Amino acid sequence: MSPQYTRTAIVLHWLTALLILSTIPLAMYMTDLKLSPLKLQLYSYHKWIGVTVLLLVVARLAWRISHKPPALQANLPLWQQRAAHGVHHLLYLLMICIPVSGWLMSSAKGVPVVYLGLLQLPDLVEKDKALGKVLETTHELLSYTLMLLLALHLAAVIKHHFIDRDDTLSRMLPLLKRKAL
Amino acid sequence: MNIAKFLGLAALLTCATTQAIEFSDVQLAKSSMIFGYKQMNVPLDGSFAKFNITARFDPAKPSTALAKIDIDLSSIDTGNSDADEEVLGKLWFDTQQFPQAHFVASSIKALGGDRYQAVGKLTIKGKTLDVTAPFTVKQQGNTATFDGALTLNRLDYAIGTGLWADLGTVANEVSITFHFVASSK
Ligand code: HEM
Repeated sequence: MSPQYTRTAIVLHWLTALLILSTIPLAMYMTDLKLSPLKLQLYSYHKWIGVTVLLLVVARLAWRISHKPPALQANLPLWQQRAAHGVHHLLYLLMICIPVSGWLMSSAKGVPVVYLGLLQLPDLVEKDKALGKVLETTHELLSYTLMLLLALHLAAVIKHHFIDRDDTLSRMLPLLKRKAL
Repeated sequence: MNIAKFLGLAALLTCATTQAIEFSDVQLAKSSMIFGYKQMNVPLDGSFAKFNITARFDPAKPSTALAKIDIDLSSIDTGNSDADEEVLGKLWFDTQQFPQAHFVASSIKALGGDRYQAVGKLTIKGKTLDVTAPFTVKQQGNTATFDGALTLNRLDYAIGTGLWADLGTVANEVSITFHFVASSK
């Protein structure tokens, strides 16, 4: 019997993954657009998705703290255990800091965030153009760091699944559970 | 002249001047013109930095008041430089052809207390419509501040047409809030 993540952890993981992997290309596309109604709509959608990620990640962290994840493969070299934990912790950190930096940026640029066009979130800082620019760069750099870490995360999954052929991926994606021999 | 007589005369004079005080020296540096609107349901505001006001206002005789306001549309600050550029174009203000917006009051009346109402003609982008703007006047010595607001529908003036006509992205309603300071000459 290999250990598995709880169903809640699995659902939260894939929901955040889906939202992050859709909002990153969306953001890269929208920033390159010339000013148009479409651009304004996409900015709003990007913010709504980002705020949803923030909510989900807060829920994930609460769940993670109260539900220990299954232990890593027993035969994993120590450096790989450390790398896996390190990357996971950094991913959590970025999944909090990126949406918060986006929210801060919006406030600083004088554009309140209205979640789903319905609920106006409080401004986190006063309007300040220069600060807005700094936060924009911060948001971008953090996002690029996240992409880099996601690439590492994915590379590790691929290695475990196709080279080591262990159950690292199926713990989070039970559909792929290998038949017991 | 004894002291009592002098005081009486002085009181009479002050009284007379406060009655007929006319504010006509507008202090543009202390005045502001702000607009507010919704974009994707997000409340946003901006301002016009350059405008000119010719006005004459006696709180006791509002019916004799005059007001003419010319707004330099290219002095707009939307808070976003791309938008500042965009709104000068043909679809928005078309400042090449219509560099200014104009307001001319046709009548001003007292509503009681420090409240008044101006009715007048607002011309933007070659279109002239009647507007009504309630405002308050606060007097302090020989200076008065005028604070008021009005709401207009941008499409009535063909502001933001073509692809921008979609009101779900940029709402039709635009509020204009003004704060003018004027002193007596
Ligand atoms: C998981 C959450 C988020 C991710 C992964 C993310 C990622 C990104 C990325 C990759 C960009 C494009 C950077 C570039 O190439 O210029 C971007 C831009 C932007 N993001 Fe986010 N974002 C997230 C959440 C948010 C939130 C919650 C907000 C606001 C409430 C926000 C506001 C913005 C804005 C305004 C821009 C455009 C900046 C500009 O004008 O250049 N983001 N985001």
